[in-house]
Amino acid sequence: MKRTKPVVDLALAKEHGLNAYEYKRILKILGRTPTYTELGIFSVMWSEHCSYKNSIKLLKTLPRSGGRLLVGAGEENAGAVDIGDGLAVVFKIESHNHPSAIEPYQGAATGVGGILRDIFTMGARPIASLNSLRFGLLSKGRTRYLLDGVVRGIGGYGNCFGVPTVGGEIYFEDSYSGNPLVNAMAAGVVKTDKMASATAKGDGCKVLVVGSATGRDGIHGATFASEELTEESESRRPAVQIGDPFTEKSLLEATLEIIDENLIVGIQDMGAAGITCSSAEMSAHGNSGMELQLDKVPVREEGMTPYEIMLSESQERMLVVAKKGKVKRIQEIFRKWDLHSAVIGKVTDEKLLVVKKGRKTFAEIPPEVLALGGGTPVYTREKQKPNEVTELNRSEPRVPEPDDYNQALLTLLSSPNICSKRWVYEQYDYQVRTNTVIGPGGDAAVLRIRKTNKAIALSTDCNGLYCHINPYVGAQMAVAEAARNVVCTGAEPVAITNCLNFGNPYDPEVYWYFSECVKGMGKACRAFNTPVTGGNVSFYNESAESAVYPTPTIGMLGLIDDVCLITDSYFRDKGDHIFLIGELSSQVGGSEYLKVIHNKISGPLPNFDIKFEKRLQKFVLEAIRHSLVKSAHDISEGGLAVALAECCIGRPENPIGCDIDFIDRRRQDKLLFSEAPSRVIVSCSEENIEEMERLAHKSKIPLQLIGTVGGKRMQINDRISIPVTKLQKEYESGLPRLMK
Amino acid sequence: MTFGVIVFPGSNCDYDAYRAVKDVLNQPVKFIWHKDTDLAGADVIIIPGGFSYGDYLRGGAIARFSPVIGSVMKFAESGGIVLGICNGFQILCESGLLPGALVRNRNLRFICKDVYLLTENSDTVFTQSLSHNEVIRLPVAHNDGNYYCSEKDYEYLKSYKGITFRYCDKKGNVDDKYNPNGSSYSIAGIINEKGNVMAMMPHPERYMESILHGDDGRKIFESILESQAEKVLN
Repeated sequence: MKRTKPVVDLALAKEHGLNAYEYKRILKILGRTPTYTELGIFSVMWSEHCSYKNSIKLLKTLPRSGGRLLVGAGEENAGAVDIGDGLAVVFKIESHNHPSAIEPYQGAATGVGGILRDIFTMGARPIASLNSLRFGLLSKGRTRYLLDGVVRGIGGYGNCFGVPTVGGEIYFEDSYSGNPLVNAMAAGVVKTDKMASATAKGDGCKVLVVGSATGRDGIHGATFASEELTEESESRRPAVQIGDPFTEKSLLEATLEIIDENLIVGIQDMGAAGITCSSAEMSAHGNSGMELQLDKVPVREEGMTPYEIMLSESQERMLVVAKKGKVKRIQEIFRKWDLHSAVIGKVTDEKLLVVKKGRKTFAEIPPEVLALGGGTPVYTREKQKPNEVTELNRSEPRVPEPDDYNQALLTLLSSPNICSKRWVYEQYDYQVRTNTVIGPGGDAAVLRIRKTNKAIALSTDCNGLYCHINPYVGAQMAVAEAARNVVCTGAEPVAITNCLNFGNPYDPEVYWYFSECVKGMGKACRAFNTPVTGGNVSFYNESAESAVYPTPTIGMLGLIDDVCLITDSYFRDKGDHIFLIGELSSQVGGSEYLKVIHNKISGPLPNFDIKFEKRLQKFVLEAIRHSLVKSAHDISEGGLAVALAECCIGRPENPIGCDIDFIDRRRQDKLLFSEAPSRVIVSCSEENIEEMERLAHKSKIPLQLIGTVGGKRMQINDRISIPVTKLQKEYESGLPRLMK
Repeated sequence: MTFGVIVFPGSNCDYDAYRAVKDVLNQPVKFIWHKDTDLAGADVIIIPGGFSYGDYLRGGAIARFSPVIGSVMKFAESGGIVLGICNGFQILCESGLLPGALVRNRNLRFICKDVYLLTENSDTVFTQSLSHNEVIRLPVAHNDGNYYCSEKDYEYLKSYKGITFRYCDKKGNVDDKYNPNGSSYSIAGIINEKGNVMAMMPHPERYMESILHGDDGRKIFESILESQAEKVLN
């Protein structure tokens, strides 16, 4: 087949997603018309996905250093946190929303694969994977299809690769119907002196592509991620990559071996924009250039053009810069693992990325103009506060008190955002590598760190509805809840990664949400001293009707110094006393109660005082460290009543009841179902009550004894009395029933 | 007593088996690479869980042709002790060392959860630390754990008490509703007639320490150790 070479002009540039200003800038940089290959390279590197052109200005306002940070946001493929004992935890979250909307299995699978590569390209062995997922309503067949495919994809990849999928979250809201969110997070452990860098330096050092051969899959995946989903998106299916977890497992082992043997200068995984992105970013990072000979790249298909090879997003590949004299040993290791490794070029001092095929040069671009933080375009967009926000915050809607409190609670317990996610997580291997101390279903996942006495806690959090009502406070609450979740397991919050999912940034209302969320997140991260180690921004999450709820997902890392202090969320022993730490509240704005029971979506959000939250978390952590509590569970969706039910049935083989009794003259339904933040339920034995009260007094934290553990029923005041087996049945059957 | 853990490129429970032996049992253990034919002098071979060569075709279907499995087959024929876990079970069936086959789970999904097992034969190298009808709790994590055997194979297995474990409830009742994957006759683990090759779908190497929610897996490893001690005494 003979192909005619496309003529490069503004029209073609626009087809590539570049605007007139950007095209003009390319002409100026090069001093000539770009070649077709160069146009392709610019278009992916200047796409929103790679360049962060509409977000980077605001992202820079987030706290990105301090504390235990070894590698901050944007410096490497993932952030790294010092946990002592000569070890670092590397962790990151990333979106794979658009691919998952089109092809849920492969979209989600390659999302997991991509984030795992970000971890092991740093030299870290992945020890945990989490997922933050958002879908439309389960009453729609399409949603059930997407959920099923995404869950299978996450499981299919992670289970085979051999990383435990230990936690995450799933929400169902109409706003995500046309554009589900699939955010994959991973964490790994590396010896601090074995950490690898994504850099290319040393004139003449050889550049290798390792792992899978390069095919035509995923071409323009990055550009695809940088536009709204439309009906034509279906035809973009080829832009979705295909995952091969078995190859990735081999790639992991081989990569760790070459890093461990000290054979490389630098390494970067190939995600979005494949060879283009890795070669440009590594060169820019190392302040050097690269000369690539594309005939040497192992390909899956014949007749691939330089354009296709440079833009392919075939999975399970890495770009490696070898130390001088080490190529042979590197290739031996990859042969051992039956993987390709091919020298495709060399590093140069010339600060130019040169792409050749045969004798012909197809591209010649200074790498820094392609790389984030270099010459990529940076924009500030227009903002406009939506009228809807004012409406949503006018006043809490009046709702009648339910006739039957038992029924209201059971309805909430089996509702999609609250019910057990067992149907999902039983499809994930959450134990492989035998470090999982607390798996899915708890407040946060906890993994022990071998050869130390430490453990880490991981949690993902964001309530998109809260951010829809009040993005500034909603984002603060997302950070606060993530922190509170790890605190409840006994961990000190140390750093976050974030995945910012929003609509089209050129829509001023979307951009207002984005800017408010970043502001709120920055405030909270400063308050909790949890710097942002990186993550990603996913714009254009829209479908025909509207943008998704603003969803700034927080991935929190917490550190536990002593594995003996790891605390579960469920009640343990009959006779234990139950404390509510924090205040009772009757504010139900933004709650599942309003939405599920009264069919109302409205604010305002309950009061949130970040200083109080911080103090409260410190107190809970201190109580755990003094071994005063037997369980700690954060109050979130569904409020106090749902949290208490979860404490009763959190250990499915051993549910236990409780008897709750408190006096408060405000409306009982509101007290029981308010989702006011800054509250934790703990249980402790009788002899520790006094010490708890003393510590609380000292810390100026309100707490009250609200009941005792025991029996076969959960009883709350004179309103609720339900056998725990009934609670369990409703909680566990919610999702399977909806998936039928 | 030296353990050898077979490593295929897609093994992912190799490390867990290795740690179980080394850190919990304090026994010497070596990894054995799939391309090797030398079993490094191991007294016990563990074929661990995972996805040997990706297993896109069928669990263990390619692994049974690997160099190392050739050696394991000879080792087993000469009476060597072999324990197959999960993917190891699949490989041992594919290689013909054990009867039957593992097929896709009944619900066509991957399943990871705790199950209860009824010990039906506590008189083997792998189960002697357990008592007859003892119930233990171990996790399963598999996509293809649905054990299938013909009626003839089943009669054969029963003829020499070849069924070591069946899925059951907390109290030891065997019923199809406690069968997580649709296995014939609720079979979770079997042993060969000679008594030196056992395989099971649940993962004993995962529940070796109480911090990880269970330590019933120790009894299987301790049984093997005990058998060796007896051998030395004899």
